[in-house]
Amino acid sequence: MKKIKKIKIKINGKIKSIIQGSNLSMVLKNLKIPLNKVAIELNEEIINKKKINKIKLNKNDKIEIVHFIGGG
Amino acid sequence: MEAVNLKKDNLIIANKKFNSRLIVGTGKYKTMSECAKAIKLSGAEIVTVAVRRVNISDKNKPLLMDYIDPKKITYLPNTAGCFNSKEALRTLRLAREIGGWKLVKLEVLGDKRNLFPDMIETLKSTEVLAKEGFSVMVYCTDDPLMAKRLENSGADAIMPLAAPIGSGLGIQNKINIQIIRKQTKLPLIIDAGLGQASDATIAMELGCDGVLVNTAIAKAKKPFEMALAFKNAVIAGRQSYKSGRIDKILMGNPSSPSKGII
Repeated sequence: MKKIKKIKIKINGKIKSIIQGSNLSMVLKNLKIPLNKVAIELNEEIINKKKINKIKLNKNDKIEIVHFIGGG
Repeated sequence: MEAVNLKKDNLIIANKKFNSRLIVGTGKYKTMSECAKAIKLSGAEIVTVAVRRVNISDKNKPLLMDYIDPKKITYLPNTAGCFNSKEALRTLRLAREIGGWKLVKLEVLGDKRNLFPDMIETLKSTEVLAKEGFSVMVYCTDDPLMAKRLENSGADAIMPLAAPIGSGLGIQNKINIQIIRKQTKLPLIIDAGLGQASDATIAMELGCDGVLVNTAIAKAKKPFEMALAFKNAVIAGRQSYKSGRIDKILMGNPSSPSKGII
């Protein structure tokens, strides 16, 4: 059996191992992110949420997922 | 006698009409449900919110949107915690991406202790945001010259501080607020530093179009009662301002007629 290769990426400052070849949509789905309530950055560029299944992730990618919280 | 009709006296920001002139922050509450109830009691139609990282390790953490419906209450994303233009722009561009938020509160701080806004960075950011199609409500110092420059840079509302954020000191420089009031037709909203309901009344009596309050309600011993007090205080202040106060005189002027005294 072929061994599944993993790569390391950073999500909200935390290092995560994901399967090589994963796209952004798969990763967000695994994290159960409610897409209608967040915004996403990949390597400091804002991502169009409609295109996340076309974005392949690479080693050392940095993802930021933000939402609204209480604030003044 | 014609009563002052406050029903038609809307607050208009970036062509959007609001009945309430009280804007409240959603920070510093003990729980989300306490926050939601206080907002309801305050009658506020606009609430400020912060943009922060999603907690990816605790997926069951309650979300603000589950407690305060953005379809019913206007979310005003802020840039709290940003200390330069780059950070503020990044934050608001992300906020817009969450779901089309164009009405935003710009707040670029310059000092971690007094939390005063850095007006150079604020001005730069206002220009960029206005060009990108945002409606920008700008937290600023109470300097009339800076307020004018913000207006010329495309701000949609001028929001000078009453006193440092969270200080509860109330309006420290009424003269500056009055000068800004005289020079601008933009919505003028006192943002930050109010401590009690009467501070909001004073702001409204100076001719401000609204007030923004967070700590004074959230950290009051009884937040629900204080939310209601602020609601009433803003209405009272607006009504008082619209009613035209009497002139101030130095000496006494009896209220009862002097004619017919026995």
